[in-house]
Amino acid sequence: MADRAHSAAAHVAHHFDDAEQQHGAAALGMWVFLVTEVMLFGGMFTAYVVYRSLFPDAFGHASSHLDVRLGTINTAVLICSSLTMALAVHAAQIGADRRRIIAWLVATLLLGTTFLGIKAYEYAHKIHQGLAPGPAFTYAGADARQAELFFSIYFAMTGTHAFHMVIGAGVLTWLIVQARRGRFGRAYYTPVELGGLYWHFVDIAWIFLFPLLYLIGRH
Amino acid sequence: MAGHVVPVRIYLAVFAALLVLTGVTTAIAFVNLGPMNVVLMLAIAVTKATLVVLYFMHVRYSSRLTWVVVSGGFVWLVVIILFTMSDVATRPSLP
Repeated sequence: MADRAHSAAAHVAHHFDDAEQQHGAAALGMWVFLVTEVMLFGGMFTAYVVYRSLFPDAFGHASSHLDVRLGTINTAVLICSSLTMALAVHAAQIGADRRRIIAWLVATLLLGTTFLGIKAYEYAHKIHQGLAPGPAFTYAGADARQAELFFSIYFAMTGTHAFHMVIGAGVLTWLIVQARRGRFGRAYYTPVELGGLYWHFVDIAWIFLFPLLYLIGRH
Repeated sequence: MAGHVVPVRIYLAVFAALLVLTGVTTAIAFVNLGPMNVVLMLAIAVTKATLVVLYFMHVRYSSRLTWVVVSGGFVWLVVIILFTMSDVATRPSLP
């Protein structure tokens, strides 16, 4: 097992010159995928920008119905999870003991689950208040139709984001299992690195979602 | 195969910067600065995203090819938003 994790040659597919080239190709492929993800979220950000430019006041009022405290806490939770993920990659990269890699991965998974728990609580609260778009939508303020648009965009974007977090939790679970088997070390840690890229991307999506959805109607 | 190992203190510095910027953007949101609110909010979000991409995602230490792919993605994001807005903003018939 120790040999497997530490000999680079065992992991190099025949069409690559060496482990370095294989790792570079894997990272580049992951980035190409992430660019398609930028486009996926980009379409929704465009919808947001268009409708907010048309109905700035309604969007501001609707936004003030979101809970800034929970949004800020969740932002901090996600930033913490990005740090623990970066430290998991770092541990794998320097050939640290597998228990250290696993500990950082588990910490990331727990923080990700915390984020989803808080998000679920927020969703339940919004649905209870009648702010979920649809026939049951009830809104006391002016411009209810435009506010409903805001909440459609809110649920679509945070829902897509939360779905990415669920996938990320699955990836982390798989990485933890692989790390337990001693698959990762200085010579081969590509899956940890690529899982990290995905996790950080999901963090970046939230970095934009948080101010655009939670903070626009506060002053 | 080593790859570039980023020192832990850089990760911690980026982490601290991200938390501070989150606090700053939340605090600014409660002060009425007119149009500057949106500008500052987006500037801080772009700064945070750039920090994550360069350090947590190692792009700063990656190949030129990776740089091109990453920047290409974000350039197209700007294109989709700017070109759509140039249409929406110049239609007199929209509400």
